[in-house]
Formats: sequence, structure tokens, C-alpha cells
Amino acid sequence: MASILLPASPSQSRPGRFGVYGGRYVPETLMAALMELEREYEIAKRDAAFQAELNALLTDYAGRPTPLYFARRLTESLGGAKIYLKREDLLHTGAHKINNSLGQGLLAKRMGKKRVIAETGAGQHGVATASACALLGLECVIYMGDVDMERQELNVKRMRLLGAEVRGVSCGSKTLKDAISEAMRDWVTNVRTTYYLLGSALGAHPYPTMVRDFHRCIGREMKAQILKKEGRLPNAVVACVGGGSNAIGAFYEFIPERQVRLIGVEAGGHGTTLGEHAARFQGGAPGVLHGTYSYVLQDDDGQIALTHSVSAGLDYASIGPEHAMLHDTGRAEYVSRTDEEALDAVRVLARAEGILPALESAHAVAEAIRMAPRMAANEILVVNLSGRGDKDMGIISRELKL
Amino acid sequence: MPIRFEHKPGLVVYLTAGDPSLEATRAIALAALDAGADVIELGVPFSDPVADGPVIQRASERALARGTRLKDVLTLAKELRAARPSAGLVIFSYLNPMLRYGLSKFADDAAAAGADGVLATDLIVEEAREYLAELARVGLAPIFLAAPTSPDERLEAIAKHSRGFIYAISRTGITGKQQSLAADAAELVARIRRWTNSIDGGLPVAVGFGISNAQHVAQVAEFADAAVVGSAIVELVERSKAEDAPGAVARFIEGLRLPHAALTR
Repeated sequence: MASILLPASPSQSRPGRFGVYGGRYVPETLMAALMELEREYEIAKRDAAFQAELNALLTDYAGRPTPLYFARRLTESLGGAKIYLKREDLLHTGAHKINNSLGQGLLAKRMGKKRVIAETGAGQHGVATASACALLGLECVIYMGDVDMERQELNVKRMRLLGAEVRGVSCGSKTLKDAISEAMRDWVTNVRTTYYLLGSALGAHPYPTMVRDFHRCIGREMKAQILKKEGRLPNAVVACVGGGSNAIGAFYEFIPERQVRLIGVEAGGHGTTLGEHAARFQGGAPGVLHGTYSYVLQDDDGQIALTHSVSAGLDYASIGPEHAMLHDTGRAEYVSRTDEEALDAVRVLARAEGILPALESAHAVAEAIRMAPRMAANEILVVNLSGRGDKDMGIISRELKL
Repeated sequence: MPIRFEHKPGLVVYLTAGDPSLEATRAIALAALDAGADVIELGVPFSDPVADGPVIQRASERALARGTRLKDVLTLAKELRAARPSAGLVIFSYLNPMLRYGLSKFADDAAAAGADGVLATDLIVEEAREYLAELARVGLAPIFLAAPTSPDERLEAIAKHSRGFIYAISRTGITGKQQSLAADAAELVARIRRWTNSIDGGLPVAVGFGISNAQHVAQVAEFADAAVVGSAIVELVERSKAEDAPGAVARFIEGLRLPHAALTR
């Protein structure tokens, strides 16, 4: 499709654009808030006191830096590349999401907003945001699709315990897409008093840039750690991609290092027909959803398609706009692994290393399991283990008949 | 055909096209025009209407469940244009269905159908360059939203790029009925007028979001050129049997102007 409404070429790119992707496609009511957010974020980013406060929280509260762990037994059992795991699953609240929730939470407080809203799919962003709001004394409302509330029930209870109000969303597919729509409706209504703490590298500018920046620490640490352990860069970095926040955080520092392959793993679900998966680069087309221009799973009439994945966090019809650019330029590769492969990867990693990955992260593990045997023993694969799987025990025990 | 507000205040009626069926929407639109509506906004149903409240969300779901497509909405526009040559006709859509259709083809087909203007809910002026060029090429009026939160420099850009009328949002929020009209609306329209008065003959300003009764319409008449009635009518359609809906909508619209006429006498 022609690059409609967009700069004629990527060279005309401006802030908020990733090549032709990104931008701001929102109701006018939100524009003042987005402009204010952009302004405040730019100031905060350069403010040493803000960065020091965030770094202190990331270190003492969240548990950064996270280890880069050599998965020896997994490596030996696969008989190929050395596999390292970036242990974001060890962070407070159980996933990388806390990096962004603390960053934006501090920003909300700085902006004088007392009420925070957020969407959540798997519940990890909801739990991270509820925790950050409890810590910072902010009112917190989390929107979550009814289907996700059921399949991630444990996280719903955690959010409530943390003082957040969880509002179920019963429209559309009742998953992440609809939770974002409902959060946007709340924001349009309460825009003067409310901070929207978006949880992925999605949405209208400045969110994709800001969320990526708050997760850059993942790749930065990864790079320093692998250089220290191996004296060289990895051959590939692998991460799962829903909206794409953990992946962009892991990839970003490596983008200029052309010899490092960047591999994003989408949810292949249980089939290749529209509605059976969430692999935007295999069946999606450029379009606008939730404020940004990116690849979108949609029908011939521009209606957003339903998606399926066993992991709620990957079950979304669009993808962060920076990934769309990395895809088109060929700098990153995007593949998909199925529900079944992800579930197998959960079992394999649990048995080999005593680590229970989140179903989202298990998609990246599944890709590593596929790739490693095809690589040489002196090659290195780093998997971003974005979250832990305790939240998924209900689904895992049902699917794996434990 | 330029959009004109013959009555004072003008009335813009929003209908979700295809709810409960395209034939019903056609009959309702004709009844609305005959009852005194100046402009019909034909809403293209969308799967993820982030700016809409529950009433229009439900209407969109019903229309999509019946398979309503953008091309069907353009066909409906063509039929309305043939039946009512002087009516104002606006295609009201989220951006993605228009993008998927192809902006250039959409502009051609909407113009050929006889539409006067287009309103894209989630398109702001800064992102609209190619859209504006395509609409200008075929003589369609771009109608932009202005919000109470829009700073003056944005209102200036909105006024500069809008044709037909400017759609002023009465309050922050999604579409839906409300009890009373926020003070936001009058202040917003006054701010918009600073930029529209310099445009040929003054670009009209219509106020929408939450307008549901004659009192609201009379209030709007004091400071704006037209009122947009959406959710209240969509809800009436929802509550009515398909065959009764045109009559019910016509009576509702007639009732919207009555007290105003009394007020101005």
C-alpha cells in the first residue's frame, strides 16, 4: 500500500516517525495532552535529578541490573550455539514492564497528575503499574479484557491487592486491543486530570519512543554483560514481540552493530488463517490502530481482525511502529512460533534450567530452541527472558495436563 | 454542493450506516432530512471506535455483523444524493477503513457518490497532508474536530484547513448523551470564531457530543451555527423497530427545534 498521509520518504522523518511508521492518529481532544507529555518527557529525560531518582528505584526497588545467565544445560542439550538468558523475569513484579511503569509513574507525578490509567493484556503491565502507583501514591485504574481477566486471574488479584481498580472490558474480542480502546476512552474523558501509562512501545507519539527509552537499559546491560563474559557481541538477540516493548528495549543498543542479528518472535497461535494468530508481519498490512501507523492484522475493509495467542501479552493486532521500520529495512527479522511450540519451550526450560518462563517469553525461548542446533558451538544467542511464568500456571497446567 | 445551514440553528444528524440495515439507514436519513436536518453524517462502522461511547459502539457492532462495508456506505450516499439533491452529506469514518480502501480511490468514489465532505475521527491536521490533497483534488470538504482542550494555535490550523463547517466537541469525552451542555462549548466556539470570521462569509461552527434534546439545541443556537445530534438518534433507532425508526426519528428532529422557535419569537 502507498505510504498514505506520510512523509514521502523515511529521510523526511521527524520525531515520532520511524521511517514512514508511527505518528499521531488520535481524536483532537487528546492532542493537547500528547503535546504536554512530549514536552514534559523531553525535559525529564535531560533532568539529572529525574534520571537519578529513576535509577535509584530501578536498582533498589526493581532489582536492576538483571543477570545475564549462561544456560549451560539447555545449551548442551541442544548441541549448538551458546544460549544466554537476560533475566528480566527476576525483576520485581515478574517482568520487564516495571522499567516503564516506574519511569512513566515518576513522570506522571512530576506532571502533577494524581490519577493513572493503564491497559493490560497478560496483567504484567497492570501489576507493574499498580505497584508503581502504590509506591508513588497515585490513584490507579487498570483496564483489562474479560477474556484476559479470566486467563490471568492471579494478576487480577495482585492488582487489586496493590490498591488498583481493575475494570473489565466486555466489548470486541475482550482482550488487549479492547483494553487499550477503553483506556483511550477514559483518557479522552478525563484528559485534564489523568495520566495514561501505556504499557508497550505502541500508540501515538511520544509513547513508542518514551517506552523504548525506559526499556533501553535491557540492551545496554546485555551488551556490557556479554562483552564481559565472552569478550564479544552475540550473533543474535532473540525476543518475543507483542506490542514490542521488551524486544525494542533488548534490540536498541545493538541496532548499530550490524553483525548482531535481531530476531523478534511473534505469536503464531494455532493456525495461519486471520483470527488464529497474532503474527502481524505474516498477514498484516500497514494501517492505523490506537494512534499509530504500523502493521495491523485487518480484513479487506480495514476492520481490525481478531487475534489468538495462548499468551495474552502477545495477543494484539498491531505492533510497535519502530518494529515495522526495522522489519521493512531488514535490520531485524521477525518470525513466529506457535502456541504449541511455546508450551513445549516452557517445559524444556523448566526441566533444563529450573526456570519457568512467561508464555510470552516462551515464544522467544522456542525460537532459540529451533535456532541453536543450526548454529556453531562458538556462536552466541541471547534470549530476552522478559517475564516469569507463575501467572500462567492455570493455562500451563491445563495445556500440559500437569 | 457546498454545505449550507438553511435553518437557524442548523441540524446535523449522525447515523451509523447499516444499523439496523442499509435500507433502514436510507429511510431514516430521508425522514431526517424531510423533518429539517440540514446535513446527514453517514458513519462508517469500525471495529475499534475509540472516540465513541457505548451507544455508537453497539450500533457499529450491529452494522458490521450485517457485513456493512465502506463501499456500501458510499452507495448509500449516492442514493441519498439522488433522492435529495440539496441535502448536506458527510462521510464520517475512522481513518483505517479509508486507508485500506485507498485514500485516492476513496476521494474519487465519495465525490462521485455526491458527498459534500469527509470527517475522519482520528486524523489531526498535522498528519493530514495527503488526505487534504486528495479531498481538494475532487472538491470534498475536509471537516476537522476542534476540542475544548485544543490550544489556540491548533484551532487556527483547524480553521485554516476545514471546509464546510468545523465540528466543535462540546466537552472532553466520548460520544454519548449528557444532561446539560458543558460551559466548555460556548468558550470553545468563541475561540474558534477568532479564526473563522476571516474566512469567506465565516466558516460555520457546529457543536456536537451529548446533544439530545430541544433545550440543548436552543443553547447551542445562542453561540453556534448548528447542532450535531448523534447518540440520541442512534439510541432511538436501536430502540425502534426498523419500520418505525424513520417516523420516530422525524418526530424527534421536529421536536428539537420547536422550543427554539418559541424562544426566538
